[in-house]
Amino acid sequence: MEIVNYFKAKTIEEAYEKLQEDKANLIIGGGAWLRLSSKTVETAIDLEHVGLNQIKETKDTIEIDAYVTLREVEKNETLKNLFSGIVSKGVNGIMGVALRNLVTVGGSIAGKYSFSDFITPLLAVNTEVVMYKAGKMPLEDFLKLRSREKDIILKIIIKKEEMLGYYYKMKKTGLDFAVVNVGITNQDGHYKIIVGARPSLATFAVKAMEFINNQKEVTEKVMEETAKIAGEELKFGTNSKAGKEYRTELAKVYIRRGLKEVTK
Amino acid sequence: MRINIEVNGNLKTYDVAPDDYLLDTLRADNIFSIKRGCETSSCGVCTVLMDGKAVQSCTILSVKAEGHKITTIEGHQKEAKKLSEHFGHQGADQCGYCNSALALTVHAMKDEIKEPTNEDIKEYLVGNLCRCTGYEAQHRAIKLCLEDDE
Amino acid sequence: MKVVNQALPSVDGKGLMMGKKAYSDDYAEPNSLIVKVLRSPHPYAKIVKIDTTKAEALDGVELVLTYKDFDRRPFTRAGQGYPEPSPHDKFVLDNYVRYIGDEAAAVAAVDVRTAEKALKLIDIEYEVLEPVLDFETAFENKIIIHPEPEIHEMFPIGFDPKKNLAASYHMHVGDVDKSLEESEVVIEQSFYTHAQAHVMIEPHTVNSRMDYQGRLVIYSSTQTPIHVRRIISQALDYPLSKIRVIKPRVGGGFGGKQQVHGEMFVATVTIKTGKPAKMIYTRKEVFESSYSRHPMRFDLKLGSTKDGVLKAIDAYVVSDTGAYGEHALTVFMVAAAKVFPLYNKVDSVRFHGNVVYTNHTPGGAYRGYGAIQGNFALESAIDMLCHKLDIDPIEFRHKNMIKETETSPIFKIMGEGGEGIEMFMDTCKLDYCVKRGYELIKWKDIYPNKYLGNSKYKGVGMAIAMQGSGIPYIDMASATIKLNDDGFYNLMIGATDIGQGSDTILSQIAAEALGTTLDNVIPYSSDTDLTPFDTGAYASSTTYVSGNAVLKAGKEMRQMIINEAAKVFNVKPEDVEYDGVVLKSGENEITLKELSNRLYYNEDQKQLQITSSYYGTKSPPPFMAGFVEVNVDKETGEVEIVDYVSVVDCGTTINPMLAKGQVEGGIVQGIGMAMYEEVIYTKKGKLVTNDLMNYRIPTRREINKLTTEFADSYEKSGPYGAKSVGEIGIDTPPAALANAVYNAVGVRITTLPITPEKILMALKEKEKGE
Ligand SMILES: Cc1cc2nc3c(=O)[nH]c(=O)nc-3n(C[C@H](O)[C@H](O)[C@H](O)COP(=O)(O)OP(=O)(O)OC[C@H]3O[C@@H](n4cnc5c(N)ncnc54)[C@H](O)[C@@H]3O)c2cc1C
Ligand code: FES
Ligand code: FES
Repeated sequence: MEIVNYFKAKTIEEAYEKLQEDKANLIIGGGAWLRLSSKTVETAIDLEHVGLNQIKETKDTIEIDAYVTLREVEKNETLKNLFSGIVSKGVNGIMGVALRNLVTVGGSIAGKYSFSDFITPLLAVNTEVVMYKAGKMPLEDFLKLRSREKDIILKIIIKKEEMLGYYYKMKKTGLDFAVVNVGITNQDGHYKIIVGARPSLATFAVKAMEFINNQKEVTEKVMEETAKIAGEELKFGTNSKAGKEYRTELAKVYIRRGLKEVTK
Repeated sequence: MRINIEVNGNLKTYDVAPDDYLLDTLRADNIFSIKRGCETSSCGVCTVLMDGKAVQSCTILSVKAEGHKITTIEGHQKEAKKLSEHFGHQGADQCGYCNSALALTVHAMKDEIKEPTNEDIKEYLVGNLCRCTGYEAQHRAIKLCLEDDE
Repeated sequence: MKVVNQALPSVDGKGLMMGKKAYSDDYAEPNSLIVKVLRSPHPYAKIVKIDTTKAEALDGVELVLTYKDFDRRPFTRAGQGYPEPSPHDKFVLDNYVRYIGDEAAAVAAVDVRTAEKALKLIDIEYEVLEPVLDFETAFENKIIIHPEPEIHEMFPIGFDPKKNLAASYHMHVGDVDKSLEESEVVIEQSFYTHAQAHVMIEPHTVNSRMDYQGRLVIYSSTQTPIHVRRIISQALDYPLSKIRVIKPRVGGGFGGKQQVHGEMFVATVTIKTGKPAKMIYTRKEVFESSYSRHPMRFDLKLGSTKDGVLKAIDAYVVSDTGAYGEHALTVFMVAAAKVFPLYNKVDSVRFHGNVVYTNHTPGGAYRGYGAIQGNFALESAIDMLCHKLDIDPIEFRHKNMIKETETSPIFKIMGEGGEGIEMFMDTCKLDYCVKRGYELIKWKDIYPNKYLGNSKYKGVGMAIAMQGSGIPYIDMASATIKLNDDGFYNLMIGATDIGQGSDTILSQIAAEALGTTLDNVIPYSSDTDLTPFDTGAYASSTTYVSGNAVLKAGKEMRQMIINEAAKVFNVKPEDVEYDGVVLKSGENEITLKELSNRLYYNEDQKQLQITSSYYGTKSPPPFMAGFVEVNVDKETGEVEIVDYVSVVDCGTTINPMLAKGQVEGGIVQGIGMAMYEEVIYTKKGKLVTNDLMNYRIPTRREINKLTTEFADSYEKSGPYGAKSVGEIGIDTPPAALANAVYNAVGVRITTLPITPEKILMALKEKEKGE
């Protein structure tokens, strides 16, 4: 990556204005992912001083600012205890501490990384993204957003809700990307199943969820069937980490195991 | 750009380009303890402490360090010496290329976790790759060093 | 023994952890020109036009080098003794490029940014040629990778570039076809090993300058400073006497720094401009543009009697040396020479095949050096045979493996690049190693497997291995010991410490011989101006070969000191008693400190200094048994390595802790090769796994427990009874793990690495079959 100018914005307005000035201007979070790209950035806009560095708790929500690091997310006590800790767990599986001390929530959401270990658990719980211009929207909708307009992520809002959660990242070594990751929650008998790194972006196993959510009783057989449906409905693919067939099998096994874990 | 960084307790002024990384800036200032291993945030030998937290200097832009406190092992000589004694006794020394960064990360861990378990240690240091030792001897030495502190 | 066989802290660990200036780049001149290389985007192409004017015109660019700047003088970067057993098939720069990442041009500029910009300004036109990317079709392919007429072999190694052969080889003992025919049980299987990367954490680093005497001084992160000096001189036609190569601390090598990397470029830049220059490989360059392990295909046949007496080993092997033939023949030969003698009671052995050129990143020296490839094939196949025979693999090995005092005809037939020498195993504790490993892993309780519940199975597997200790009559080492005033010593060694701890263990040997303490010996390695000849850190030669040279020098120095004291006392040397500190004869007494000060300043003044050399006349193999316990998830193929037990016979451990470190480091690299490290090329010949995000070496998370012990063993020909220990550790994991996975869940993986995906897919296949 080449950067021609570096701009430390003082306010979010200033940052937004700068962002619109040139097509090749962009927001820089931790800069870790950007470092790997071969882009030439006209002006990198740094958000350190715009006041997006906090995790705030209200009665019903946790609001995490865009410039908060993943390490701070991981260490948040509330998140460690909510949803069986799946958000912390997801983040914890990303590289080492030194990287997580650097990379940001904004960069991790904005990138919509197909391998993301952050997005998968966030989808399994109730998460909203707040943008400067486009406003608030569910994470799901944000991921589908194809807008060409450049915007700034201000924060994400996670609803505090009682639910059981499960997260598993299958990776080959401690520092690897996911071969596949699975996030599952059970909120009073309502299940959400998300599979990421297929290798494409995390998504709901809609049919499987419909199936399981319509069962009176969730038996092992139902779980098995749910996993099977998910394996059939979701698109899996091959890349250097693993082949399509293996990913499909793996997702099915971990969906089944996850369902078992959140059904108590 | 001119930036001010506190490096090992001394206020330093550097003239940097917007896309200079801290690793290059500090090495050019004769801070040899930080090493270059991968340039993709994957190996950990470039680790420094920023405001006490371990970060990878190959990945953090020098401009981002402006106004922060950077510590390298040059600023933690006593700790390094102590850990190295345990390394010596456990036969954990090989090429040494990963050692300074590892010592710094151990220091950060001590600050962050009280009485880390085996799992905590592995987890905290997973980003510090070593190709020489097989990790076991390092692990033993680190544990003994932590016990020493108690 | 007071210093040897003691777990003393290394002599250098403290300073390194404290971050002292120590590695090559720490010594680069601050104003060095930055050298960058333009690398081929094509697996095979001819440069039809190359115009450097725009690049040269760029502000800050000092020099642009293309093939036109170099004489057509082929050489090899292999970094071996002379004449090399590797073909001279490389030019510093050529008008052909032979793999993606091959060198097309180089620039020297004031900084990295300018150098990179200049690379983009080089106007280069390629005629893209069809490449050979499948090594199994390379032999006699219509596409010839090395058509150039100048290239040659230094002596017969089976080099035949018209057939894409870098080397070929054939040997046999007895009549294999007949033995196989007569065997009651025969198994036949092909095995594939991949191009493991060294991933030493310090990338290739080199820098140069002209000193005040007009000599070229190079700091290089190398295992072979003396070879580097010679190769630079030969390739650039520059006087040997005007080159000085210094090896400071090296951040890991594992064979990856035996060969020459950026030295030719920085040297050329400094010679042409008179200015200092430096080059640090990017990690991508380390992966794509240096070299890796030779991938091989082993077609193996074993024959035995019904009751488990191994009768025949037959191997046809194809090895992929990539674009250049560095170490082509020697690695190939070691795949048998340091593996097959493990089963020395067979009637017949055949080993033959080809080392072929392809348009891939070259193969080269890497810890294990063929033995790991051969070990994976043979030790997997032995287990397959055991299953077919329904014999416990431990029992089979006890019955068939080599024992102390025995020999194998292979030792005489095969050396490295030529004939070997006859050798009897004066030390071979393999028997003990297997027995002890069997106990430590609790084989009896687990073999072949145990169900743990939740689709998980625990299994155990094992393999035995051997290596060598230097190359007899080829590897030569020397050591200089100098006595200083106050009675401390300098130990100057050409042997290169690359992290394996040789500065420490050679100092221990010297201290023991001199009767002094470790801190009284100051080691220095290596500097071609100051330290005596040593072939370098490779072929597991340092402890045994260099160690013997140090031992000799230490003993001689001790005698010199005694002689001097005898003169002082006016007695015969035999009448002097010396404990390393005080010299006595009757009433007379003088401390070493007094004596050395006297020799420097007062009477009979002289410098005591001795240089001794040693070359091996044999290469006593270290042996080991590796046992591994794994938990395999039958639904996902995931493998947890619970414990890796190594029991090693390396003779005396000069430093037991450092020896353990060598074994464990080797084991984990071997585990990496066996399980995690995957090499993926695109169909177009581009390496996908060219960074540490895609090429995954083991992290501390994968390593749960390593149990490492040493057999009680004393090799008379070694320094204080030592054999080598640097390579042996890496050999067993691939086969031991393949065997353990088989024992756990019943599928045999014959292509490395053993990934969860391969295991699960094999299980599915098997289910279908059942
Ligand atoms: C070596 C490596 C390995 C990794 N492995 C994993 C892994 O296994 N699993 C995983 O989940 N993640 C992984 N990541 C990704 C990491 O967790 C981060 O998500 C990623 O680095 C992005 O965070 P950042 O702060 O570095 O963003 P940056 O690199 O700074 O930015 C990334 C993108 O986001 C944009 N952006 C940043 N902030 C905002 C904002 N507030 N508003 C709008 N746009 C914004 C930037 O313009 C840029 O386009 C890995 C990253 C690296 C470097
Ligand atoms: S150099 Fe490897 S993480 Fe920084
Ligand atoms: S000691 Fe060499 S990389 Fe760790």
